[in-house]
Amino acid sequence: MSYEVIAIGASWGGLQAVGTLLEGIPQQLDQTIVVAQHRSAESSRGVLESLLQRHIGRPVSEPGDKEPVEPRHVYVAPADYHLLVEDSHFALSVDARVQFARPSIDVLFESVAQVYRDRAIGIVLTGANEDGAAGLAAIKRNGGVSIVQDPQTAERRMMPDAAIAGSVADAILPLEQIGPFLYGLCCP
Amino acid sequence: MALPVERDQELELEQIEIELLLEGIHRRYGFDFRQYAPASLRRRVRRRMDGEKVETISALQNLLLHDPAVMERLLLDLSVNVTAMFRDPTFFLSFREKVVPMLRTYPFARLWVAGCSTGEEVYSLAILLAEEGLADRVRIYATDINEAVLDQARLGVFPLDKMQEYTQNYIRAGGTRSFSEYYVARYDGARFARELAEGVVFAQHNLVSDAAFNEFNVIMCRNVLIYFAQPLQERVHGLFYDSLAMFGVLALGQKETIRFSPHEPSFEELDAEERLFKKVR
Repeated sequence: MSYEVIAIGASWGGLQAVGTLLEGIPQQLDQTIVVAQHRSAESSRGVLESLLQRHIGRPVSEPGDKEPVEPRHVYVAPADYHLLVEDSHFALSVDARVQFARPSIDVLFESVAQVYRDRAIGIVLTGANEDGAAGLAAIKRNGGVSIVQDPQTAERRMMPDAAIAGSVADAILPLEQIGPFLYGLCCP
Repeated sequence: MALPVERDQELELEQIEIELLLEGIHRRYGFDFRQYAPASLRRRVRRRMDGEKVETISALQNLLLHDPAVMERLLLDLSVNVTAMFRDPTFFLSFREKVVPMLRTYPFARLWVAGCSTGEEVYSLAILLAEEGLADRVRIYATDINEAVLDQARLGVFPLDKMQEYTQNYIRAGGTRSFSEYYVARYDGARFARELAEGVVFAQHNLVSDAAFNEFNVIMCRNVLIYFAQPLQERVHGLFYDSLAMFGVLALGQKETIRFSPHEPSFEELDAEERLFKKVR
């Protein structure tokens, strides 16, 4: 079994949490990392990218339409767009918000589940809504791995709680332990 | 791992069903969605399945081949692009600074908003051009594949609860007046001033299959091409190139690229960040 993509969804409190998680992902991992972080439509371009870039040595970018998916890269869904994957490239949409969110974690995760099936890992982090639960369930249903931040350690626990209620989580972990867990999955 | 083999088969079956559905739509109704980007298309088809309360794509196909009303509803789902007035305010700022001065040099200019959907972008552009004193010297052609959304665009009525967001966008886009001067609040929404639409020609045009129909000084097509797969994007870029006058401007969405245009070398960046390109050869 070889995993190709790690999809991360976060909302309230996510800026900090995604940074910590990315810092903890061992250098040896070659998987593509895709992040959907809720934020306002007006949030300035590139700010989230450069914030995350500070945490890690991997290249971080907001993908353009039909941009190829590269290993090791960290891709961040642009503000006010849904990010989806199709075969070997990204696709974007400005369809209506899903559960009040654009980018929507469910939209990203469901497309990841569809394309990568049992080569996908989904991770739901802190947030004060229920986005990500359906998407994580789709990843799990298609043979992928589902990971949820331990709700007790999350800044807002509603999103992890919903993800746990929505499907069988393969692991429920505090942020610091997700990196080592990924290492175990991806570098046996 | 939960039943990966059966699940693989399900996903493959769904793929077959989608292809048959699009083939059926094309042959029965003439609309060609076969080269639309698959991920969003699939979501939109699923939304219609929920709406029609059917469990499979084949069941939806059965319904829509026999009932044009179902097709009309699916057409709305597949072709309506959600947009906002003055979306990406910095784009409109740049348009004021970099495109308007060029438009002033022409006695008369034609602008094309391709894939205008319900018209938010058209009215934004009309407001901007009016404020720049160009209203009498331009004609905007606003086209879409879908007649129903064109009717909505012609009306110029937008949801009242959006006005706060649009007002903020308008201010950040360099608006010089009070945004509320442009509309009247009615029970059915914010009705925009008739004068704004006077210089606008709304017409049905299908980017997938129709040809160039005029020569333009500006073509605006933002967040429409993202719904097309790459070969179709190339076709539409060819159509835009053919439709642009020399030194005409092509405006794309924030995350769209001209790299997929077979005519990329013929364009110069007017504002790379705001995706404004100028045809120079």
